[in-house]
Parts: sequence; C-alpha cells; structure tokens
Amino acid sequence: MSALPRAAELGLVACRVCGLVCRNVAGDERLDGDGVDDAMACPRCGSTLRRRKPHSYMRTWALLIAAFIIYIPANVLPIMRTASLNDVDDNTIISGVVELWRAGSPNLAIIVFSASIVVPVLKFLALGFLLLSSQRSSNWARLQRAKLYRLVELIGYWSMLDVFVVALLTALVRFSVLSRVEPLPGVIFFGLTVVLTMLASMSFDPRLIWDGRDSDD
Amino acid sequence: MGMGSPTTLLICEHCDTVYHRRPLGRGEVARCARCHAELERHQTLGVNAMLALILTALIVFVQANMWPIVTLGLGGQYSGTTLWGMIIAMWHEQAQVVSVLVAGTLFFFPLMKMLLLGWLLWFARTGRRAPGFVPLMVMLHYLGPWTMSEVFVLGALVAIVKAHTYFDVIADPGIYAYAALTLLITIFAGVDLRQLWDETSESAS
Repeated sequence: MSALPRAAELGLVACRVCGLVCRNVAGDERLDGDGVDDAMACPRCGSTLRRRKPHSYMRTWALLIAAFIIYIPANVLPIMRTASLNDVDDNTIISGVVELWRAGSPNLAIIVFSASIVVPVLKFLALGFLLLSSQRSSNWARLQRAKLYRLVELIGYWSMLDVFVVALLTALVRFSVLSRVEPLPGVIFFGLTVVLTMLASMSFDPRLIWDGRDSDD
Repeated sequence: MGMGSPTTLLICEHCDTVYHRRPLGRGEVARCARCHAELERHQTLGVNAMLALILTALIVFVQANMWPIVTLGLGGQYSGTTLWGMIIAMWHEQAQVVSVLVAGTLFFFPLMKMLLLGWLLWFARTGRRAPGFVPLMVMLHYLGPWTMSEVFVLGALVAIVKAHTYFDVIADPGIYAYAALTLLITIFAGVDLRQLWDETSESAS
C-alpha cells in the first residue's frame, strides 16, 4: 500500500468538530500549521474549516514552556500541610509518594508516582520531541511518533489525581486542633500545570508528523 | 459554494489520509493504514441504549454528589464530606483555583455532558434534531476531555489509604456511586457521538 492519498493533496478537509468531509476552496494554504486564516465555515456545524490546527507549533511551544515553568514550583513547593497537636508536616508531591510507600501501599505509591511525576515529565519530553522532529520535517519513526502522541493524549488528564487527593483530604481532615489538612500553593501550581499540558497536547496537530519533505512512505 | 459533502469519505484525524467508508461488522474497528489510529468502530449501542445509559448515569451522578463520599473517625469525632464539601473547603483554604478546577471537571462539565446528551438523544430516538442541535453538538465536542470523574475515583482511593494510617475510615455510599459512574463512563467510552450528525435529519428539527 504505497498509494494512501492525503486530504490536503485531494483538496479535501475534514471538519475538526463534526467530522464532515468538505472540499477545500482556498487551495494554496501552507501546511506548516501557520497558514493564513481562510475562515471558511463548515456547512454542517459552522466551525471554521482548517487543514491544520492554526499556529500549532507556536501555540504548543508556548503552552508547553509555560507548563514547564509552572511545574517547577509545583514540585518544589509543598502541596499540603498536615497539622496535629504537636506536629506540623508539609508535604511535597515526592514526599507524599514516599509516605504512601512507607504506609504499606507500594502499589498505590507507584500509581501516584506515575500520575504525578512520570506522566507530566513524559508529556514535556514527548511533546518537545514531537515538536522538534516535526519542525525539522523528519521522516524518522513517524509511526512510533504518531503512537507517542496518542499515548500522551490518552494519559494526560490522569495527572489531576494528586489535586483531587489534596482536595478530598482537606475537606475530610477537619478535627479542629487535633488534626487538620490544609492545601498549600504547590497544589495550585500543579493543577495549572496539568491544565496547560492538556491544552498543549490539544494544540499540537499530529498530521504535522506526516507532513515531511517526502510524503511517500 | 462548490463544497460537496461526500459522507462516503472518511479522513484520518491523525494523519490526513483519505478512505472510502465501508460498513463495519459487529465489534469491528477500522484503523488507519498509515498511522494506525482508530478511524471508526462499529457502534454497538443504539440511540435507545445510549439514552438508557445516560439516564442511569444521571441518577448515579446525583447520588454520587448528594451522598457523602468518605467519613473519617478520630477519638469518637467524625468528619465526612461530599463533592461540594471539597469544593467549598478548597475555596475557603485560599485555593480558589483548585476549587474551580474541581467544580468544573467533577461537577459542571460531567453534568452538562449528561444533560446535553440526554436532550439530544431524546430527540434522536425518532430521528429528529433537538432544538439547538448544532450549537449543542459543538459544545459537546469541546467538553470532551474535561470530565474527570474516573480520575477522582482513583484519587479517593489514594486519599483513603493515606488517611487510614491515622484515622478510622468509613466508606460512604457516595464512593460506591462514583465507582458505578466510572463503570458507566467506561461503557460509554467507545461511543462516537458524531454518529448523531448522520442519524438525525435536518429537515425535521
């Protein structure tokens, strides 16, 4: 199967919202994701028809870098304070994982570690790599890169796990002076990181992976 | 305008490859030959089955939000919370950003998604388009990844294990309702809502 026609070559475009296949009238739009806005609307749902997500590289880079900057205080600053009568303890994301491991739930510790550390770091590395390789029009391992993108999209939102844990514990542990849990600024930064990385992966257009110099594979 | 809408064509969203649509057999999934992404899968659930699932999910969702999720005990004192207890607690503890995130991803977005679907499917039963069909379908598309009830269930489990070291933990009905909700979400995960565009006719709207 060498003849797999692509929509851009046939002058077709699929609506990103409703999936309707339309004939693309504005023919000479560039394919690098920074093309001019020709602002043609989908006849079925009214969304703007675009061959590629607009300004995909620029937006994804901006969101990814912003997410990375915010990810630093999210890890350095404590996310939650546990206070009891004679003890005040500030937890970071990492110390939370260690505590969970010691509390005798290594399985759960691994899940939290994956969601809070592995997934965000994987997202930074994967999206950065996808951006660089696509911008260089690299033909290397396109199928694996396409799969990597789908993996990032699939697992991205599970990072919100720790935010929900802190919120639930804050609401639960309210025994006046005996024992209390309070959220600390780290959790805000972490929540924002997750939202920004989700927006970043949505802004990336996986079709750019296949828009290399040599479209024949 | 020169724009045809050949519904016989299908374009892979992940790599822009064009295919001719062909009917799928039960359990069959069409994959892109170039990038291996899923193009389309056979839709096992009819409109009525989907509507039944959504109504069930709505009932379970109401229960999951009304009933307390977990209760902790410490020396004869007890403290429990509902989802809204969480949202309010975060707001008062100077974490308004988190409060809004939780309210959106665990309450407003899932609720909107279910209500929208219920409304659209109710009319789709007879092949009609509900009032406001087009903007509501667009809205549904954008709501897509921002509902996180299944992540919360795992989060609740982690919180329970963490609290277990210091407190007596009593699981309340809310957590079971959430577990049931996750199950329903999983069943619904394979549904391609875009089929509603094809299965309803514009004329009868």
